[in-house]
Amino acid sequence: MSDSGEFEVSRRGLLGAGAASVAVTAVPVGAAAQAPAPVPATTKLGFVVNGKRRTLQVDTRTTLLDALRENLQLTGTKKGCDHGQCGACTVLVDGVRINSCLSLAVMHEGDKITTIEGLGQPDKLHPMQAAFIKHDGYQCGYCTPGQICSAVAVLGEIKAGVPSHVTADLTARPTASNDEMRERMSGNICRCGAYSNILEAMTDVAETVA
Amino acid sequence: MKPFTYQRAKTPAEAATAAARTPNAKFIAGGTNLLDLMKLQIEAPAHLIDVNALKLDKIEDSNDGGLRIGALVTNTNLAADARVRRDYGVLSRAIVAGASGQLRNKATTAGNLLQRTRCPYFYDTNQPCNKRQPGTGCSAIGGYSRQLAVIGTSDACIATYPGDMAVALRLLDATVQTVNPEGVARTIPIADFHRLPGNTPHIDTVLQRGELITAVTLPKPLGGTHIYRKVRDRASYAFALVSVAAVVQPDGTGRVAVGGIAPKPWRVEAADADLPRGAKAVTAKLLAGARPTEDNAFKVTLVERTLGAVLAEAKG
Repeated sequence: MSDSGEFEVSRRGLLGAGAASVAVTAVPVGAAAQAPAPVPATTKLGFVVNGKRRTLQVDTRTTLLDALRENLQLTGTKKGCDHGQCGACTVLVDGVRINSCLSLAVMHEGDKITTIEGLGQPDKLHPMQAAFIKHDGYQCGYCTPGQICSAVAVLGEIKAGVPSHVTADLTARPTASNDEMRERMSGNICRCGAYSNILEAMTDVAETVA
Repeated sequence: MKPFTYQRAKTPAEAATAAARTPNAKFIAGGTNLLDLMKLQIEAPAHLIDVNALKLDKIEDSNDGGLRIGALVTNTNLAADARVRRDYGVLSRAIVAGASGQLRNKATTAGNLLQRTRCPYFYDTNQPCNKRQPGTGCSAIGGYSRQLAVIGTSDACIATYPGDMAVALRLLDATVQTVNPEGVARTIPIADFHRLPGNTPHIDTVLQRGELITAVTLPKPLGGTHIYRKVRDRASYAFALVSVAAVVQPDGTGRVAVGGIAPKPWRVEAADADLPRGAKAVTAKLLAGARPTEDNAFKVTLVERTLGAVLAEAKG
């Protein structure tokens, strides 16, 4: 347990050091070639992440995703495409799933953010996390935090009566059918192709909770 | 992203005034399209005005029996509204045919209207594009144009308007409500809101500098059968090759609008009269004067066949 923890830390440290040394050698060349860049604007931001009040001073350009990963070291939320196409960065904001890569951190003043770390922890798994393990709903695991956050929200959206593209009758309540869940999860891409097991995990949770 | 300053506006007047006063400012609501474009430096605003606190997120009954949809109502909340599902089914259907659940939770009614084209050359900053950089030329003409427009185009641009929601709004004769920096309100029929490219394809809409969308209104319900049929390369989460929005009455009359084929949601009122005569007659009027490329000529046939399928579905 502590071995793997140390490996994680040192691997990240190494990546950071590598990036820093590249920056150091690059600076003199860049500085000679162009005028000094304008000082980026920063803004103070306060929000609640996984139940904890957090205050940050962030560059206005910082996405919610980067604030979570880089400023708060909550690296469970993943950066896939960084353009809202893959869903790896999915988090819950006030209970609603969004792509955290397509949202500025400064636009979340006062919001309640839930990431995969906030849904559950190894000693106290969220039912959806437990179901993903039980049904083998992943291979490499990179898309999994986004899949799980999305899956939790999908069941909520179905319960709340939000229609989807495959809802046959707009005036009837949608159900957690295979077709409904597939359609609603289409914003979460899994290149390993764990889709069928993800569906089984979701079905398990839908049946247990309902 | 290029550096930018940021402010949170508290009232529509404050937002509009700030936009008029600050050079190269943009409003931001959901941000799902704007931030994507800013990361690619296709958009590079110097100042962002966050309009999310303007309290424009309600859907209200209007005096004429229709609905007034606040500019900040999300796509999800609009599609899920019980009145919309019951009386304007084609609008619910169009919205849930687009994007992903995550994006629809963030995307707003006004922002969705203002989304920019997905022409591959608009997105590729290494290529000339009159919409992205006026005067540089159009790479799509003579290039890869399978997704692009067949009608309403010009020699400067053949990009399509990419959205689904606006196709349904065009069908329903919605209006766009705005306020300008002087505080003057304006009502723009949806038919006039998006521009054809002509010689100025970089200007997508008729909005003036600092003019802010406050609401979209729907006239009273039309009744009839509401259908939105979208044809695309994947079953979900893809832009339309062709989409058909229709409201068909029991006697076979009705109206039709088409997406994915033009720089704006495409509707020809004269074609509606031919609905009882079938898809071929309607398509002939809808697409009169079409100038498809070799790559996208299939869309002309696809419109007729998709409309045919829609009319068959309406008959039940």
